[in-house]
Amino acid sequence: MGQTLNRAAQWTSVSDGGEGKLEFTPANEAILNDIIKFVENFPNKHPKEARIVFKNPLVWKTSLEPSAFTGEYDHSDDAVKSKDKDGSDTPLLTLQKLGELNFKLHVSSLVFLAEVMKVAGEKKMLEARSILEANRDPVVNILGDGFATVDGEDNSTIRLLEQSSKEEGDSKDETQTKLTLLLIIQQFDMQLMNQTLKKITQDVRLTPQQANQEVKLLLSFSGEDKSNALESIQFTSDYEFDNGCRAPPWRQIHGDICYLMIKPHDGDQLSVTANTAGVYLNKGFEKEGAELNYEREGEVHKDLVSLLSSKSRHFQEVITSKEFQLYEEKKEDGDLYEEEFEEEDVGDKAVIEKKETKEQKQDKNTKKQTRRTKKKEETGKQMQPTLNWKTEELNKTNEKKEAKENKKHSRQASERKTKTPAFEEDMSDSSSESEEEEESTDRRQEQNSDLPSEYWQIQKLVKYLKGGNQTATVIALCAMRDFNLAQETCQLAIRDVGGLEVLINLLETDEIKCKIGALRILKEISHNTQIRRAIADLGGLQTMVDILKSPNKDLKCLAAETIAHVAKFRRARRTVRQHRGIRKLVALLDCAPLGSIPMTQDVEKDIEVARCGALALWSCSKSTKNKLAIRKAGGIPLLARLLKSHHEDMLIPVVGTLQECASEHSYRLAIRTEGMIEDLVKNLNSENQELQMHCASAIFKCAQEKETRDLVRMYGGLDPMVALLNSSENKELLAAATGAIWKCAMSPENVTRFQELKAIELLVALLNDQPEEVLVNVVGALGECAAQEPTNRMSIRKAGGIPPLVNLLTGTNQSLLVNVTKAVGACATEPDNMGIIDRLDGVRLLWSLLKNQNPEVQASAAWAICPCIENAKDAGEMVRSFVGGLELIVSLLKSEDKEVLSSVCAAIAKIAKDEENLAVITDHGVVPMLAKLATTTDDKLRRHLADAIARCCMWGNNRVAFGNHGAVAPLVKYLKSPDVDVHRATAEALFQLSRDPNNCITMHESGVVAPLVEMVGSNDPDLQEAAAGCIGNIRRLALANEKARSK
Amino acid sequence: MKDKKHPQMPVCQENYRNTHFTKEEYEALENMFKDLTKDNIQTKAGKLDRSQFRDVLHATFKMTDDMILDRVFRAFDEDSDSYINLSEWIHGLSIFLRGDLTERAKFCFDVYDLNGDSFISREEMFHLLKYSLMKQPTEEDPEEGTKELVEILLKKMDYDHDGRLNLTDYETAVKDDDLLIEAFGACLPEPQTAKTFLEYAFTVPKVRSRYH
Repeated sequence: MGQTLNRAAQWTSVSDGGEGKLEFTPANEAILNDIIKFVENFPNKHPKEARIVFKNPLVWKTSLEPSAFTGEYDHSDDAVKSKDKDGSDTPLLTLQKLGELNFKLHVSSLVFLAEVMKVAGEKKMLEARSILEANRDPVVNILGDGFATVDGEDNSTIRLLEQSSKEEGDSKDETQTKLTLLLIIQQFDMQLMNQTLKKITQDVRLTPQQANQEVKLLLSFSGEDKSNALESIQFTSDYEFDNGCRAPPWRQIHGDICYLMIKPHDGDQLSVTANTAGVYLNKGFEKEGAELNYEREGEVHKDLVSLLSSKSRHFQEVITSKEFQLYEEKKEDGDLYEEEFEEEDVGDKAVIEKKETKEQKQDKNTKKQTRRTKKKEETGKQMQPTLNWKTEELNKTNEKKEAKENKKHSRQASERKTKTPAFEEDMSDSSSESEEEEESTDRRQEQNSDLPSEYWQIQKLVKYLKGGNQTATVIALCAMRDFNLAQETCQLAIRDVGGLEVLINLLETDEIKCKIGALRILKEISHNTQIRRAIADLGGLQTMVDILKSPNKDLKCLAAETIAHVAKFRRARRTVRQHRGIRKLVALLDCAPLGSIPMTQDVEKDIEVARCGALALWSCSKSTKNKLAIRKAGGIPLLARLLKSHHEDMLIPVVGTLQECASEHSYRLAIRTEGMIEDLVKNLNSENQELQMHCASAIFKCAQEKETRDLVRMYGGLDPMVALLNSSENKELLAAATGAIWKCAMSPENVTRFQELKAIELLVALLNDQPEEVLVNVVGALGECAAQEPTNRMSIRKAGGIPPLVNLLTGTNQSLLVNVTKAVGACATEPDNMGIIDRLDGVRLLWSLLKNQNPEVQASAAWAICPCIENAKDAGEMVRSFVGGLELIVSLLKSEDKEVLSSVCAAIAKIAKDEENLAVITDHGVVPMLAKLATTTDDKLRRHLADAIARCCMWGNNRVAFGNHGAVAPLVKYLKSPDVDVHRATAEALFQLSRDPNNCITMHESGVVAPLVEMVGSNDPDLQEAAAGCIGNIRRLALANEKARSK
Repeated sequence: MKDKKHPQMPVCQENYRNTHFTKEEYEALENMFKDLTKDNIQTKAGKLDRSQFRDVLHATFKMTDDMILDRVFRAFDEDSDSYINLSEWIHGLSIFLRGDLTERAKFCFDVYDLNGDSFISREEMFHLLKYSLMKQPTEEDPEEGTKELVEILLKKMDYDHDGRLNLTDYETAVKDDDLLIEAFGACLPEPQTAKTFLEYAFTVPKVRSRYH
């Protein structure tokens, strides 16, 4: 039974030096049952072997009483001994009294073990359990240490066999019996193992991949339209861990993979947990913005489809009818782009749609069948998922597929819709939701399970807390601290026996000792999320905030530290603020100057109070309103003072708070003006990685402002940042350091320093195998460096940075994509780089990002496309090769986002350089769309729009068309803009447009001449020329007109 | 000074440095002592007797437990003559009001060592904690809880495992957890009360000694 006990049985963790306990699980129960049966029948089956005397007796604490043993036993006052004795005259069974109702049992043969089982009667299970808990490897006791269960090869049996063959006479006989016993036990062990294995394999195990796949599948089947199975399905968290889970790490321990919000067409929104053990409903969000209640509701299903089928009739109906289509579409997912850009088939669509509806009327079953067969044919041809466009013609698909295409469009739209809410997260918190402490399942002790002994002891102590005077209370509090309060069993035991209420009540008394004792316990147990919640629910935060005013410094420290632990979730932070806790916490920061001499105990205590205050503020500062409150309470100068400290204990919470608050502009300004940058830079050189990390992320957030960046450079902060790039082990630190570099690289002077430090090479090396948080910053930094300094582009190429950058274009992380496109765009300005990008098909990837639903990504991709077109060889041919690409980019002119419009205009201006492409985009209706934008007041857009218009005039009668669509008059107004770039582009556009007489008339009417004449005097030759050309055209028309009239 | 002549008035003008008091505080407390003993005559002259001392504890420190009051008196009364003279008064108060952890632990230990044998035995503990728990009518054995408390404290404080506490045990335990200083019942003033007491001492009108 050794192996089974070692491997299959589920033990509780062996913490605090005690022995592990068998968990109360069905699997263990089965094992125990089998062992009991084995032991009970053993003396009957193998009488000889059963009489073997154990090497060491099995000893355990028993619940049996002496009176239970009758017959062949000697009873004495405090012991029961069996009359049977072994060779050295020790009784084979001894029951020893340890204390009242507390006995210890020594048993040294299987006969007596079976006897004990018989005596135990109903308590068999309990006995067997305590035997095994006390003797993890019974075989060792029975046969000796040589037979301990070991992993891998075990040759003890062979040894024994050899021994028995060597020996003679009696001892040979004995060894042989031993051998038989060992074999029997090993056989039994094998049997047990087989059984448990069978049970384990029956359990449902869901993997993150399976879960994600299923969600993706269902996503493709959701939409507002009733024909879809679901209205919406989405993850509660956008962040996906490396292992594919989306549940926060402390929930992953419980097997949670992700949480889903699913809205069926017939019923309320369902909040679902996907666990490795299966899928089940959880209690959902109590209210908007609150934390998820992880507790399970209802039964566990093996997958989402079966869960939803049981919850929603509509889902069930639709899913059974669509089962195959669903599957099929998923397989084709990759071909999506190809289909969308396929123009040839569009015409047939209407016809096919009719067919489809007819078909739908048919009997469901036949339909399914036909689909099934057709599907088989199709998938054979089309299973080549790719994110890129294929230049080659798609193989003609049958009617079915085009019909679906239509659906797919609508599905895509709905997909976009369902995804957006994820971005509309409550932005009041600076840290992402996944960092938040969310509700964890309330695991109250189950009534039936065995409660640990600590539970009863704690219950007794709580009783003394309730019913004792000050002295007894203090004793109980001290005694309670002797338990391992870091252990969840103890934490929950205190809560479950009503200890939290008492502890919090104690805080309201006048007894300082009781308050200190209670706070010390609360401080420890508030590491547990459930306890935090309970403390907040019981109003503990209010009391602790009141204690912050106490004259007793120990109390202040403890209260602040406990608040720091509790205020890890939003509601608690709000409570602290609403009870004016922030002001009181800020007041704690006001201690004597750190370097004050002499350093008396009093001063030290004050500094400790300040440290605890900073800790609490750190926790609280995750809420925007609290940041404001800290500032209003005058916290910034105090933090600035504490920042001069030399103690890491102090610096970490202070910098942590600053870092958290630096998301606010007012703080960034204050950090700069209060001279904190110097200290932050100084601490970048600290030994402590956590401190370095917070400093770096504070700089990361602050360096959005130019003055700050200059200060960082002045204080020599760039060197340590680059040095931090080598700390590749600590990803958080790496993310913060790369972030700081990214932001600092926005200043050209900093870029020069980074160049000297060879930061580019280090950054490029970080492009591989890093988590996304790091990658975003690394790529951002590279983008900035490349954009500002041409030599850097070369450095990136030489360091081999371009292929990984282009590879990253296939990612999904939005902020990463924005940075990658920027970086690729910056690199593309160098013709040599462009060659590599082109070879890696980077432009195609950029182009496909125009389809991203995030406008930021779209814009950034469009900007990146501009230098690509400019520098690529055969750019026109390349652009044409993207099937449907031109239509796509023109369609983006419908966007609402100014940045997208500007970038697309810029791209169109480049595209239009190629005449053939210009013809195509003209066909796609680029002229009216550009004309529609002409009324804008945004200078950036105006400039690129004017550029685009100028270029587009070159084809056919586009000039006339622009005039007809009313683009000319608004353009004239651009000349009043203060921006010279706008003037130049506009003048160029007007010059092109002025070749059409009607346009000249419109311009003249709009008063174009005066500003143009002025611009002729400009220093910019391009502007001069364009303005003069335009005036010339207008003048020529007038002359011609006069001539005609005079004739 | 005139006091010097008096045999019961030890020379302590200079040794305020041996206490935790400032010179001014020292003088105020000395004056207070004189004020308290001004009406004492003959054998009691210049000394506080038990009941006078208890009145002080009772009135200013709100101590009511007779047993503790008595023990505090004994702890003050270093020479065990059942009177507290000025030197004992100052020294006792120095510990009582301002003592550091070790001094206070020693003081508490003396208070709790009811029979003065330098050990706090189980019985003494039981005696001291007898009334610290509310009587639960449901409990079969009303003393069960107290016994349990005694066991808890022994487990925590009895470092040499001899079933009783000696001073070393006590001091070690207190250093480990300062909350245990008054483990067997309150016998020290709250910081706030201590402050009030000293403030009060300054308000006592100057007493002219009449011992000469």
